[in-house]
Amino acid sequence: MDFFNEIWQTITRNRSRSILTGFGVFWGMMMLMVLVWIGQAMVRFSQNQIAGFATNSCFVGADVTSKPYKGLRKGREWQMRNSDIPYLEKEVTGASSLTYIRFIGSWEKNTHRREYVGTYNLIGVTPTFQDAGYTPLLYGRFINEIDIAQQRKVCVIGKQVYDEMFPEGGDVTGQLLTVGGIQYRVVGVHKSGNSNIRLGGPVDEQIKLPLSVAQQTYAWNGSDIIHMTMAVAKPGIAAAAVQKQIKDVFRARHTIAPDDERAFWGQDMEDEFKSFSLLEVGLMVLVWFIGIGTLISGAVGVSNIMLVTVRERTKEIGIRRALGASPETIVRQILTESICLTALSGILGIILGVGLLQAVSPLLANIEVIDAATPVSFSVALGGLIILVVIGLFSGLLPAKRALAIKPIEALNEE
Amino acid sequence: MIHLENIHKTYNPGTANALHVLQGVNLDVADGEFVSIMGASGSGKSTLLNILGILDNYDEGNYFLAGRLIKNLTETQAARLRNELIGFVFQSFNLLNFKTALENVALPLYYKGISRKKRNLLAMEQLDRMGLRDWATHLPNEMSGGQKQRVAIARAIVAQPKLLLADEPTGALDSKTTVEVMDVFRQLNAEGITTVIVTHEQSVADATNRIIRIKDGNILDNAILDIKY
Repeated sequence: MDFFNEIWQTITRNRSRSILTGFGVFWGMMMLMVLVWIGQAMVRFSQNQIAGFATNSCFVGADVTSKPYKGLRKGREWQMRNSDIPYLEKEVTGASSLTYIRFIGSWEKNTHRREYVGTYNLIGVTPTFQDAGYTPLLYGRFINEIDIAQQRKVCVIGKQVYDEMFPEGGDVTGQLLTVGGIQYRVVGVHKSGNSNIRLGGPVDEQIKLPLSVAQQTYAWNGSDIIHMTMAVAKPGIAAAAVQKQIKDVFRARHTIAPDDERAFWGQDMEDEFKSFSLLEVGLMVLVWFIGIGTLISGAVGVSNIMLVTVRERTKEIGIRRALGASPETIVRQILTESICLTALSGILGIILGVGLLQAVSPLLANIEVIDAATPVSFSVALGGLIILVVIGLFSGLLPAKRALAIKPIEALNEE
Repeated sequence: MIHLENIHKTYNPGTANALHVLQGVNLDVADGEFVSIMGASGSGKSTLLNILGILDNYDEGNYFLAGRLIKNLTETQAARLRNELIGFVFQSFNLLNFKTALENVALPLYYKGISRKKRNLLAMEQLDRMGLRDWATHLPNEMSGGQKQRVAIARAIVAQPKLLLADEPTGALDSKTTVEVMDVFRQLNAEGITTVIVTHEQSVADATNRIIRIKDGNILDNAILDIKY
């Protein structure tokens, strides 16, 4: 207590200088907090984009051919069809799970139950959908093979659909929901999913139907059309290789040139994940590099001022030594002063940085590259604090060494 | 109290600037003595005082203080002995000007590890003794030279040292204040503290019980020139 009084007295004795010195550290710490948050928010945004998807998955859809092949002109439209499924199941050996999707889309007020009316996205899926794009279930089960085979009028609904259509809550499996004029029995309710990969819209606003039902009910240009094939790669097999196998099946069955990549659309999630995690690492390295650089320049400032202070206090230190202060006491005093100064300014920087982020982040909600809801990380603040103490210690070392070299007699003779 | 045997001290040894300041000093000061050391500037008297105060080390010889050999001490040991055995009074007071009179006086007790409450109590006692009770919360630059020196004396004796060392304690004071301060020293000595005052003022030396002269030739004129009781 006495010791800290002593420290506090010296820090406050030269208030303006202490404030100016501390400002460097304060600013550095605030910048570090803000930068790290921005980095994390960007990373989180990226992660949200692909969240809910197996990292080793890929998907492929039909597009328009861009090359003539075997007498067929380029610019030809082709479709994935149910008849392709047995070939895919047989020839795509790298996949542990294949799933087929039919997008139906949404139209105004397409869903109602009693007095509740809503607009949701409809999508036809197979039971394996959960392998690639998993969303946990709150109630009930997912669509199964029997639903597909018997073309049962059942559906699995997203959290928002559940909240709006069944405001009374509870387990609603078995209840009926009218979608596009047809009654479906709810067999499952998803928990809220945060995936931003929109396979026919956000998971929460989605109503999933058995693929066969979707194909029959919304036949449009053909009741056997599939819009997308999704696959999860077997362990040890690259998603890209699986994607290629899928494409090869379609190339053979739909007469598409072997080098026509534009005949397909799709994504290799593994690749996405890799680039995202690389982005993540790169961003964090950059952020910490800049942040710590700023902090170090602050620390150099502290060290510099402490040196000046020690020089100015030569006489004081001499007096203290003459009165019985041991060298260790003096060193401890200088080091503690330095640590206190850095820690105090740094903590202020952390507090203000957090405050600033709390105040500003809601205003950033519309920025596309960051997730404004990212919380300010406690561990970053803690890490920052530890860095501060270490920096304070190092900043104090040189001045302390200088103070130690002061001989009491020389100091006392100085006028 | 003090026993010096053949003390040698050379500054910058082995260089062209080598200065053999003390050339075999022998000196004894008994317990409870009131002694002054006189000499012109450059005579080595300050060096002698520094050695006596364990502020500086010596090259050769032996120095016994209160029966202990003061030799080859680490800085930490020296600091502890200074704190325990010696009280210093300086010409320029050497008060910490950002601390109040009370805090200045209490400082040696802080380094002795005494609690704040007790420290302030003891410090106040000493200030009171110096007639400065009302000035306890004042900063040094609000006080006169005589008051500052009395604060410094209070600080020197607060830890109850065996030896009081004063380096030109009246150098910065007018003649009236000089007399007052010397009275304080005499009174303290009467209470039993061995006191050594370095001075070049004859009037100050005359106020002590024994005068030791150091000659310009850097050699202690070991003869005790005056003994007045």
